[in-house]
Amino acid sequence: MSIEEVIKPYRDGRIAQRLVEKIKEEAKTLDGEIRIMHVCGTHEDTITRSGIRSLLPKNVRVVSGPGCPVCITPVEDIVAMQLIMRKAREEGEEIILTTFGDMYKIPTPMGSFADLKSEGFDVRVVYSIFDTYKMAKENPDKTVVHFSPGFETTTAPTAGMINAVVNEGLENFKIYSVHRLTPQGIEVLIKQKSRIDALIDAGHVSTIIGVRGWEFLSERYGIPQVIAGFEPNDVLMAILLLIRMYKEGDARVVNEYKRSVRYEGNVTAQRLIDKYFEVVDAKWRALGIFPGTGLELRGEWKELDIKNLYKVEVPKDLPDLEKGCLCGAVLRGLALPTDCPHFGKTCTPRHPIGPCMVSYEGTCNIFYKYGVLF
Amino acid sequence: MGEKIKLEHGAGGEIMEELLRDVILKTLTLKSAGGIGLDALDDGATIPFGDKHIVFTIDGHTVKPLFFPGGDIGRLAVSGTVNDLAVMGARPVALANSMIIGEGLDMEVLERVLRSMDETSKEVPVPIVTGDTKVVEDPIEMFVITAGIGIAERPISDAGAKVGDIILVSGAIGDHGIALMSHREGIAFETELKSDVAPIWDVVKAVAEEIGWENLHAMKDPTRAGLSNALNEIALKSNVGILVREADIPIRPEVRAASEMLGISPYDVANEGKVVMVVARDYAEDALEAMRKTEKGKNAAIIGEVIEEYRGKVILETEIGGKRFMEPPEGDPVPRIC
Repeated sequence: MSIEEVIKPYRDGRIAQRLVEKIKEEAKTLDGEIRIMHVCGTHEDTITRSGIRSLLPKNVRVVSGPGCPVCITPVEDIVAMQLIMRKAREEGEEIILTTFGDMYKIPTPMGSFADLKSEGFDVRVVYSIFDTYKMAKENPDKTVVHFSPGFETTTAPTAGMINAVVNEGLENFKIYSVHRLTPQGIEVLIKQKSRIDALIDAGHVSTIIGVRGWEFLSERYGIPQVIAGFEPNDVLMAILLLIRMYKEGDARVVNEYKRSVRYEGNVTAQRLIDKYFEVVDAKWRALGIFPGTGLELRGEWKELDIKNLYKVEVPKDLPDLEKGCLCGAVLRGLALPTDCPHFGKTCTPRHPIGPCMVSYEGTCNIFYKYGVLF
Repeated sequence: MGEKIKLEHGAGGEIMEELLRDVILKTLTLKSAGGIGLDALDDGATIPFGDKHIVFTIDGHTVKPLFFPGGDIGRLAVSGTVNDLAVMGARPVALANSMIIGEGLDMEVLERVLRSMDETSKEVPVPIVTGDTKVVEDPIEMFVITAGIGIAERPISDAGAKVGDIILVSGAIGDHGIALMSHREGIAFETELKSDVAPIWDVVKAVAEEIGWENLHAMKDPTRAGLSNALNEIALKSNVGILVREADIPIRPEVRAASEMLGISPYDVANEGKVVMVVARDYAEDALEAMRKTEKGKNAAIIGEVIEEYRGKVILETEIGGKRFMEPPEGDPVPRIC
């Protein structure tokens, strides 16, 4: 069967209409409104691109959580990496820095990686950390650093690459880890009393952590969850299931994305991540310090992270966001981009004020690109 | 330090629009020869001549690689200018061809490009009656600039769409842009993606002969920035709303698959052998049939209509029945990275 055939029912307009009818029916007997949070930029893309919010009844609210790893990467880390580049140059060493296309443009009070490049530093955009690895092999006399943001989906290849580098003894390959844990991040939001009635779990993150990686959220906080794929009907199905589960008080994790996600997840990836990384407290830009949500290399591998090789002084009290930017509230699911006074006026993808407008996975960027109508 | 020209300034999106309006149109003074002039930013200019109109247009072609799946810069240069004339409602009469060639280009490459231009011009047919050749030191391979004149009985502008009209496209959308990008990114599929580059005068002519020029209210070739840009321009210049249905927009499955892999919408990339037509409602079926009788229009489809609400905007009804705006791309779409 071709991919087309597998995917077809998940895009079928008639099936979608039936799902929407059922959602409307279930919503009639809801006590007030339900706030469903998703935590993945690609889900936001599906929702906005296919106009899902325009089809939902008023009391079914789908909000976007902190699903954009690039958006929540701390200002301090971006600045620290820039300072490391400068310090290395002062010491007569040239670092090649790689990162992803959307990370490249994220603004900070001290500029972006793109600004650093325009000053003549060697900053390159890569598609994956594997490109960095190849670059390190091609440039044995230079240190090649990958500034590495991302949730579990991106942490897995980083761990795999670290494994290869350790096995080969490749000495000029380094990372700067700003990896984060998704379910643990959401737990902090719940503890901080963000209102989340139900969760659409990120499909790709789930391929790594499995169904079991999310279960503690239902057990501890009574929140129903559905792991969903990325086609419009995947999301509509998840919404329908979540409304029903919420009404029945059925707090567990349902796997709608069975074509990709297993109960136990990718155990090989989990082992590698656990071998090389330890869990630490970490800052989420615009959200604050989230205990137990960051990943740093373990003791014996520490010198593979460039931040442990160069000590730099990051200025204190760097503001996370420009005045008035609602990125923090957007990431908490408390506001939609259209609530922000800057959105589409002073803040556009060409002149972004906040990180949510820069990243391809940022809610503001997606809203702007597709023009939201609901 | 003043502002510098960036690639986005030439990418056909909003940034380019600003460059045209704020720099080029503001600086030039004499911009009209009595008909549609530079200020209209249409596909070409018109000059009244007796009871007809001369249509005049020019197009510079820079493409990498020079030879791509489905075509080459020669075919592109002839088609691009012929199509600009065609969508103004003009029968192509003659072309001019200026080539700027980088030192070191293989003579054989130049010959292949010229043969391709020759074949394409015979396909229309339209003679290439004058030209100019320059060689420069810069390693540009080659740029081909073609100008063309045509004769129109009744020029068709982008501003003529009326509420109630029907919108058609002459075939599958996104072929050229997605084929080139996949080629550049090295993405391979079972079926090779091919550019649709072709002159489409015969498609336009077939429709006009069937329904009459007076019922053809607006036309555009959805080149740079694609279908979304073409529709938005028509909506804006005609001051109408446009509603299109995603389920009715023809897209080849392999183009859809590649565009999803690249993270680029097929609506936002160039087509080089397609026309978007806005016709009077009562003639829509006849127009569709006339298009489908031509070889290049056999996959033509009715994709939407002109509405009264949301003037200046394009509304997309998604495959699942949701609604959103179809915004023009900001600049050249680049493949999604992360």
